[in-house]
Amino acid sequence: MGVLSKIATNNRHGEDSPYFEGWKAFDRNPFHLTQNPQGVIQMGLAENQLCFDLIEDWIRKNPYASICTAEGVGEFKDIANFQDYHGLPEFRQAVANFMGRVRGGRVTFDPDRIVMGGGATGANEQIIFCLADPGDAFLVPTPYYPAFDRDLGWRTGVEIVPVHCDSSNKFRITRAALEEAYEKAREANINVKGLIITNPSNPLGITLDRDTLKSLVSFINEKNIHLVCDEIYAATLFCSPKFISIAEVIQEMDCNHDLIHIVYSLSKDMGLPGFRVGIVYSYNDEVVSCGRKMSSFGLVSSHTQFFLASMLSDDEFVETFLAESSKRLAKRYHIFTKRLEQVGINCLKGNAGLFLWMDLRHLLPQKTLEAEMKLWHTIVNNVKLNVSPGSSFRCQEPGWFRVCFANMDDETVDIALKRIEAFVRQGKEGGENTATRKHWQPNLRLSLKSRKCDQGVLSPHMMSPHSPMPKSPLVLART
Amino acid sequence: MAIEIEQPSSVELSKVAVSETHGENSPYFAGWKAYDEDPYHESNNPSGVIQMGLAENQVSFDLLEEYSEQHSEAFTWGKGAPGFRENALFQDYHGLQSFREAMASFMEQIRGGRAKFDPDRVVLTAGATAANELLTFILADPGDALLVPTPYYPGFDRDLRWRTGVKIVPIHCDSSNNFQITPQALEAAYKEAEAMNKKVRGVLITNPSNPLGATIQRSVLEEILDFVTHKNIHLVSDEIYSGSAFSSSEFISIEEILESRKYKNSERVHIVYSLSKDLGLPGFRVGTIYSYNDKVVTTARRMSSFTLISSQTQHLLASMLSNKKFTENYIKTNRERLRKRYEMIIQGLKNAGIECLKGNAGLFCWMNLSPLLEEQTREGELALWDSMLHEVKLNISPGSSCHCSEPGWFRVCFANMSEQTLEIALKRIHDFMQQRERQRKPISSQ
Repeated sequence: MGVLSKIATNNRHGEDSPYFEGWKAFDRNPFHLTQNPQGVIQMGLAENQLCFDLIEDWIRKNPYASICTAEGVGEFKDIANFQDYHGLPEFRQAVANFMGRVRGGRVTFDPDRIVMGGGATGANEQIIFCLADPGDAFLVPTPYYPAFDRDLGWRTGVEIVPVHCDSSNKFRITRAALEEAYEKAREANINVKGLIITNPSNPLGITLDRDTLKSLVSFINEKNIHLVCDEIYAATLFCSPKFISIAEVIQEMDCNHDLIHIVYSLSKDMGLPGFRVGIVYSYNDEVVSCGRKMSSFGLVSSHTQFFLASMLSDDEFVETFLAESSKRLAKRYHIFTKRLEQVGINCLKGNAGLFLWMDLRHLLPQKTLEAEMKLWHTIVNNVKLNVSPGSSFRCQEPGWFRVCFANMDDETVDIALKRIEAFVRQGKEGGENTATRKHWQPNLRLSLKSRKCDQGVLSPHMMSPHSPMPKSPLVLART
Repeated sequence: MAIEIEQPSSVELSKVAVSETHGENSPYFAGWKAYDEDPYHESNNPSGVIQMGLAENQVSFDLLEEYSEQHSEAFTWGKGAPGFRENALFQDYHGLQSFREAMASFMEQIRGGRAKFDPDRVVLTAGATAANELLTFILADPGDALLVPTPYYPGFDRDLRWRTGVKIVPIHCDSSNNFQITPQALEAAYKEAEAMNKKVRGVLITNPSNPLGATIQRSVLEEILDFVTHKNIHLVSDEIYSGSAFSSSEFISIEEILESRKYKNSERVHIVYSLSKDLGLPGFRVGTIYSYNDKVVTTARRMSSFTLISSQTQHLLASMLSNKKFTENYIKTNRERLRKRYEMIIQGLKNAGIECLKGNAGLFCWMNLSPLLEEQTREGELALWDSMLHEVKLNISPGSSCHCSEPGWFRVCFANMSEQTLEIALKRIHDFMQQRERQRKPISSQ
């Protein structure tokens, strides 16, 4: 039988990583407030579920935004037929507008530079296809989003050269670290074509400061390599300092704009990962032109473009949404950090994102990867929380964990925190069980409202919805 | 603080980015540009260019609109927004189960119930464009070759080659036998690839064929399957026009051949499908890969992360396509309307003295204008095409853009316009032919 390609048979899809063990544990025993209160709580999923009520409300009030209602069906034919890779002009306009608002109006975006991709996943792959050849490399600061290995390298054949950051300076990217990584690559005859950063950072949950951003721009300018800024978490800012986009920085500096590219998406800011809205925004005309042609492989459904064009150009709605989302994220963040602090757990001081970067180094008997993995197994299997170990983000400093907080309701937050508190206490008491058992009782307070919220997220019947993680890597199609 | 840049050096993009393999400089697209500059409109621009180069199906929208209006509560968030949240969060690359089931069922219905499809083998991608590229990434390495019968859909040059680095080696077909694929042609293409030192990984056919507008006969499908089995390579069957066969019984899917062979050796076969042509929904980006190979299914599913179908759209279509009453009626009505259009254009062309390949499917006919060529060459064909575009004001697609080795053939789309517009297009062709005839006759006989 005909053999498959190298791409098909290698493991750069990334699913063999031990990272997925936590997911399997969740899939086998998913938490549900009423039906499975002892199950594993999913805290490895960076989703934003806090503001659906606002969107649902808007939908109810705006039936013409759907092409399947009496109010909107007049547009059905034209929209269903529309496959122009430029995208609906109204959609591009609305996205450009939204991106500008998210940055407080400090920059404006040109709708003609908006290029679509199949989610940020598709957008990141697309920009790499435009900028690098197989065998070339991109610098990526650690810790980084695990799926970059797949998104940047699987089909493109491009390598990742990590730029190591650590807690000694709050994980800031230093010029020295960049130079070191760049030189090392050059010595190994690896052709570095660019640097890709995520700002706000996943998994750190912080925005990059102005000085760092400027130093990155001057670095790439000097080396004449590209800078890709994944700003997918731009609107998840919940406290100061404010978010500074690369778009703002290049307004203040002399630099070659042909080197600057932004990747964006609505999956995190608006909580719409299912809609696959990825955006490549490049300041380089050739890249826009090429990227646009490539977007044929991952266009946003015109059905979805139409709906979003409508919603995102409702300025009043957007203002309210952004303000409210920020408030709710802040609240979540503070609940978590406060209670964690009370049991002696600190987090990197964050101001954005859907997660905390939790410091459990003090719980490691040795500062090793093995110790981190052992602790992680305990947290997943005994404490029953699927958090993500720093090593899966290629963090060089063992003991850090990413904990997502925006993908669950308030009751679940409380239960998750109680479990952590109990775990810490148990550790302090040297393994004494009886006192902690009480804290492991399920929360018996039933709330109909929370049950409705649960259906979407916590029902054991629903597949883990998150990409890149599959429901189970072990699922095979049956004949 | 400011950085001195002496001269912004032109920074390099990738080889893929600077190559021309995206194919947009082909005459196929030049016609589109001419149309964009001067598009026909019934009242606003009646002398504009009529677009006949776009294989879109616009004959059955009324059925879709009617369904949408009547069922808005069931599958949209029109009024009550039920299920919005769950839907908006859903990004699982397995796809909505209900949607996969609906697709499998729809594919079965199109084949008149003669085929069975397992929803767990359905992989979803954003359009057939993505499906074809994705399969190529899985089946071939850069520098390898896929054999594709000519004439073929111009977009394959981009979809199969651009980012994958895979080559297309043509399987030449010509009018001597109605452009059917022969074992000799298959063998010749294979040898040609070998001579170029290219490893052949598979054969990709489109059935029904674009641009021929005809289904592939059972015996030919058998021969192709024998060929790929013998060479131990893959077979991709792009069945995107399967629902556009004018009569259900005339289209034979590769699945039927496999079934008759009890699925022996079927792991080398993969089917591509989409709703862009049959349902006329190209904007929704709905493509599928159906593979009989477990590893291909798993890998394709992982790769589909780069090109998932919007969950909003999956939700809408799952509802529509699982309504058997609707789909049966749609499939039947759509076929009938396409057949009528086809007959209308064939008759109109016949009246103008133009012959076409006998077709039985698709949204276009394969028209023979070779008698009109000054020289039987590609240049002759392009000269004629230029006249058609600028004098007759019709954008039709020259066979050379489909890599046809025989000059003078043109693909003419008929389902992307109203009947009135088609009448006008036919009149223009008629007038053009009459004028040509007058010019040819010597003066004394006038």
